[in-house]
Amino acid sequence: MIRRHLPVLITLAVFIVGYLICLAQFPSFASTRVIGNLLTDNAFLGIVAVGMTFVILSGGIDLSVGSVIAFTGVFLAVSIEKYGLNPYLAFILVLCIASLFGAGMGFLIHTFQIPAFIVTLAGMFLARGLCFVLTTDSIPINAPAYGHIADIAFALPGGGRLTFIAIVMLLTFAAGIVLAHFTRFGTNVYALGGNRTSAELMGVPVGKTTIRIYMLSSFLAAVAGIVFSFYTSAGYSLAATGVELDTIAAVVIGGTLLTGGYGTIIGTLVGVLIQGLIQTYVTFEGTLSSWWTKIAIGALLFAFIVLQRGLSAASLRTR
Amino acid sequence: MTEQPQLLEIRGLTKGFPGVQALDHVDFTLHAGEIHGLLGENGAGKSTLIKVLTGVFKRDAGTIRLDGQKIEARDPADALSLGIGTVYQEVNLLPNLSVAENLFIGRQPHRFGLVRTGEMRRLSEELLAGYGLDIDVANPLSTYSVAVQQIVAIARAVDLSAKVLILDEPTASLDAHEVETLFKILRDLKSRGIGIVFVTHFLDQVYAVCDRITVLRNGHLVGSRPIAGLPRIELVSMMLGRELAAEALHRTQRGTVTGEPLVAFKDYGKRRLMEPFNLTVRPGEVVGLAGLLGSGRTETAKLVFGIERADSGQAFVHGRTVRIATPRDAARLQFGFTPEDRKTEGIVAELSVRENIILALQAQRGWLRLIPRRKQEEIANRFIKLLDIRTPDAEKPIGLLSGGNQQKALLARWLATEPRFLILDEPTRGIDVGAHAEIIRLIERLCEDGLALLVISSELEEIASYSDRVVVLRDRRHVRELSGSDVSADTIMTTIAGH
Repeated sequence: MIRRHLPVLITLAVFIVGYLICLAQFPSFASTRVIGNLLTDNAFLGIVAVGMTFVILSGGIDLSVGSVIAFTGVFLAVSIEKYGLNPYLAFILVLCIASLFGAGMGFLIHTFQIPAFIVTLAGMFLARGLCFVLTTDSIPINAPAYGHIADIAFALPGGGRLTFIAIVMLLTFAAGIVLAHFTRFGTNVYALGGNRTSAELMGVPVGKTTIRIYMLSSFLAAVAGIVFSFYTSAGYSLAATGVELDTIAAVVIGGTLLTGGYGTIIGTLVGVLIQGLIQTYVTFEGTLSSWWTKIAIGALLFAFIVLQRGLSAASLRTR
Repeated sequence: MTEQPQLLEIRGLTKGFPGVQALDHVDFTLHAGEIHGLLGENGAGKSTLIKVLTGVFKRDAGTIRLDGQKIEARDPADALSLGIGTVYQEVNLLPNLSVAENLFIGRQPHRFGLVRTGEMRRLSEELLAGYGLDIDVANPLSTYSVAVQQIVAIARAVDLSAKVLILDEPTASLDAHEVETLFKILRDLKSRGIGIVFVTHFLDQVYAVCDRITVLRNGHLVGSRPIAGLPRIELVSMMLGRELAAEALHRTQRGTVTGEPLVAFKDYGKRRLMEPFNLTVRPGEVVGLAGLLGSGRTETAKLVFGIERADSGQAFVHGRTVRIATPRDAARLQFGFTPEDRKTEGIVAELSVRENIILALQAQRGWLRLIPRRKQEEIANRFIKLLDIRTPDAEKPIGLLSGGNQQKALLARWLATEPRFLILDEPTRGIDVGAHAEIIRLIERLCEDGLALLVISSELEEIASYSDRVVVLRDRRHVRELSGSDVSADTIMTTIAGH
């Protein structure tokens, strides 16, 4: 029981130790303001990471999510500001487009047995290219609805704010946990990651599940794109470059095996928070370049992959 | 036993692959409440039969009836829904999912779209209790032994309303106690009216559990007989396809080899793989390993060459203790090994004949000390001439050569390292008749040159013709060593049958 959850427990321990270190140096880390900001600042990353966790659990990868986030932002900015579309209608539209886009990638991956890496790499270029077709400028979004939504927040005791986008992230995680651990779809995702051939022999609907996984990932990327547009109040073609890699890092640090089959959604949340924590620490420190975040994440990622190898080797030995 | 109704009836089943007729008008009948052994050597067509039955392959001709109804499975999942469940040696379940999820995937009890995990666990525990298994079903399957995994696979197949249960070599990686547990379950299922097809190589197990056997050979049906009253020797001769010959086969006349052994293995073995054995080979001697498929011939070779690491016993070269933990160790001791599966374990198909021949020698020298191109060509051409490898030139990719010539190039690879001891696993398999005789002549010539040889072959006449001694294996044990005038195909066969 304990060994099964060891990767997540280690991630959690890293987060707690990291938090305590930050707290020792900067006592204000205990304030709800910092915690509220931690959640808000990483909301879009957390939302994509939920989708990415499903993809990686199934033994795949989705490199297109960063581009889909940017596309969502640009699409919203252009349709709302240039064409005067109702923002809520624009949200629904972009979620549908992204879902179709993801379903298409899943279809290609399953039907032609092309590695997910290649298909989603193509998807990444495609979505990024579409951004530039729509516009090359950074377009600010000034629609009143944006202001209203961005203002929704619960005041936390101690001056912090639990913003709307932070709530969206937390709800996404809650839904992700239910989907992964308490539905047939979730079991099928783990089954695909465990052994695709066996899963097929056991009657798992491999094609349908694959399509749904990538559809979910792109859908959540679009949700993240919407959240990101609240956060920045603009649509820009070059936004969110490299976010797919940050996301993969968060998932792996969260204890999900990159080869699929093992991992949890809750671990991904902790993985995202660890990244946010490092970022916040660097900001508080003030003298450090923000690239130190990347260096710390790189070191952590490396340590976790080595740890996973060690754990799986150890579990093979004890068998 | 009263005759049960026919459950599965296969008539005239035919399946061909390019160049091979894997099944040729095979009939097979399984009754309800019967354990039916499906036997045959390599290439007999057992696995093709199973794969056609379960919808992995499409048949060319023939009918399959289940309970009198014609059926045609599209894929294994479809076969399962029709009532044919299969459990493979390599358990085809999901190691990362819990035992309960493995049992119920695709049909989990649920409410409002959510899986009722507690209910699923309770059902799983109930189900497994019927098989005498009391385990925590919430743990991942991979935390349990192969034996438990196999029982879970059987429980799943049977619970999915299997009328026919196919077990493909289920006992290959189980120990004696686990096999007994499995057999108890099989007998229990049999009494519930399930028809079981049991594929195995272990004759003792066939006699222990089967009611009836069907033997295939080279895609043909050899016969189907009740096991009661079937003498072992007859079963073995059905499998190997030869009657006890009246005329004894003549061995090449050669004096008995005496002298100190070059290599000796004492109580050498590995748990779950091979019972400890003693084996010696002298310079200029050919020792043959004979037995049915799965009897431990290849396993012996792998232990001797360090591909599998022995966990008991000692190895000696010229009387001195040596450690053979990896193939590198073996190669350093000037051992050579040509594997049974030439295509995947022997040749590197894309590389040229020259590169293939030079491979072991280069590895022995270390990659930093590259053998000069001129020298490589010289070695390659020398062996091409010496062994009469038929290739236009040394630069042709080896994958394009015929099987016999590939085999000769593999031999050349090790001969180039000037070995003292060569292990040849099925050196004549899949080779045409002409090349066959050449390989055998080559073996005899190498032996005259003072090499020590350990040769594995399923061809009894062949192995009797060139071996000075023959070790006969059965059920992962060396059961008897034949030497002198005892070395004949007939004696080997009776020894395999256990008389």
